[in-house]
Amino acid sequence: MNGLWASKSRIFGLILAFLFLAVLPPFYSSYWVTLVTQMLIFAILAMSLDILLGYTGLSSFGHAAFFGAAAYAVAILSTRYKMGFLVCFISGIALSAGISTIFGFLVAHATGVYFLIITLALGMTLWGLAFRWVSMTGGDNGISGIARPDIGLPLSLKDPLTFYYFILVFFLVSLVLMVILVRSPFGHSLKGVRESESRMRVLGYHTWLHKYLSYVCSASFGGFAGVLWAYYNGFTSPYDMDLTASIEIILMVILGGPGTLIGPALGACIIVFLKNFISAYTQRWLLIVGTIYILTILYAPQGLMNLIKDFLKRGQKKAEASEGS
Amino acid sequence: MIEFLLVQTLNGISFGALLFLLASGLSLIYGVMKIVNIAHGSYFMLGAYVGLSVILRTQSFILGALAGGLAVGLIGLVMERGFLRKFPLQPLPQMMITLGFALLFRDLALLIWGGDPYTLPCPDFLKGSTQIYRIVFPVYRLFVIGVAAAVAAALWVFNDKTLVGAKLRAAVDDHEMAGGVGLNVPLISGCMFGLGAFLAAFGGVMGGPIFGVYPGLDFELLSLAFVVVIVGGRGSLKGSAVGSILVGLVDNFGKALVPELSYFTLFAPMAIVVAIKPTGLFGRE
Repeated sequence: MNGLWASKSRIFGLILAFLFLAVLPPFYSSYWVTLVTQMLIFAILAMSLDILLGYTGLSSFGHAAFFGAAAYAVAILSTRYKMGFLVCFISGIALSAGISTIFGFLVAHATGVYFLIITLALGMTLWGLAFRWVSMTGGDNGISGIARPDIGLPLSLKDPLTFYYFILVFFLVSLVLMVILVRSPFGHSLKGVRESESRMRVLGYHTWLHKYLSYVCSASFGGFAGVLWAYYNGFTSPYDMDLTASIEIILMVILGGPGTLIGPALGACIIVFLKNFISAYTQRWLLIVGTIYILTILYAPQGLMNLIKDFLKRGQKKAEASEGS
Repeated sequence: MIEFLLVQTLNGISFGALLFLLASGLSLIYGVMKIVNIAHGSYFMLGAYVGLSVILRTQSFILGALAGGLAVGLIGLVMERGFLRKFPLQPLPQMMITLGFALLFRDLALLIWGGDPYTLPCPDFLKGSTQIYRIVFPVYRLFVIGVAAAVAAALWVFNDKTLVGAKLRAAVDDHEMAGGVGLNVPLISGCMFGLGAFLAAFGGVMGGPIFGVYPGLDFELLSLAFVVVIVGGRGSLKGSAVGSILVGLVDNFGKALVPELSYFTLFAPMAIVVAIKPTGLFGRE
């Protein structure tokens, strides 16, 4: 009987997700279609940070920088040099990955809180570049006018619904890639580094390399999300990559539950929804995020997904107990 | 050319002096409590805002500096007592709490003081500039350097020559042992946190006449303070002093020579130090 409860709920969850993501969108209003598109993009971003934060146990405070760097690459290439989708897509991810291979040398030796200090400082130097390098990035005004990509199909991505399915495909691809990553032997040794780096080192694992590669993978997927964001938003600005943006991504992961890919994706949906919903009523978004942060740490430090898991486990035990009697 | 270099160097040192007021508290708090205080830049900004309001009402700069420092020092104390104390030696939850507060402070400041940038009025007796040889330099900046040097000296005496300082150093070196031999580590930590907040806010008021106060100042300076801690070494007073001056100089020359890359120039000292000595110039471990 063991696990039946969990697998039942998993199948139920999958069906629900399939319904909401693939079947129902044509019936959503266009407001909801764009909102769900945004949720998917941020879900990719939150999952990408989770590779580092949840699976490797390293809290990066500069993750938005990679997201922003890729978005800027798309913005500059597509508006100034009229490059096509493929070139922009590849260069965006390559830029994030490239920066992270350099930054990785500075951060991979760090552990615990020190990792966070360095990533924050490095992320902000990139933000400074976006903010002050006006001739390249447009400074505070950002870069606008990024057109939706032409992918060579007889479909126009200007239509919100078509664009939504376009993003959904990318979401599924990145989800599958990340699931493969975290379930691979490499992913398991990342968890080992999270649990005890010294023990992994004694066992003969090259922990520095694991942390380095985890950082680069995480940044590359972050760039992946950044590329999609640039096309979705049609606009990039330094605010996409400042500390507040990084903080929001961390909140998505912590709220959803680090160490589960689905949790951060759900966390991203909740935060994106709240952000859009609340901003319709009040300007005080940061006040609310700050409060959510403090409340999450005080009352749900393990994240929602792990709370649900605990709840399911309890339900499972109850079911077993009633069967036994 | 020489004049340009000298003036820019003095500018850099005066900026470094302000950074020292911010970073010394951040570094000591990290040293004693292992807390990475994300709200530390917010203290600087709040101090400047409170100072501004008090100065505008009382016309007294000194009163403003004290009021800013004390008000924010109190806020720091409340944060430590009420929230951070609940997660002793759990760096991640503690940091998340400070993060939440940093966002609250940012939005509250925007709510109270609005989005316009302000410059704090410079006290009358420090207006104008002075001429040393052929260099003309504003008196106020020299004053800031003097104040920071005095604070640094006081902190050094406090840390190295007094009994409380010895207890503090013991707590930095080994938290558990210090508690084991009967030191009241929570009390030391609480006072340390309050003092750090006070210094940051005081620095905010001191910096007000130079670069003013505006939304976003908090995180901009926080990252600079982090660079100081990375370069100088964690928990080290000497490291904060040297790191602050170094970062102040690099940032200032960056702004003067390559304005478009100014913030990014900080990447260089950080990368060099981390590559050569990962613990920072004066860091231990």
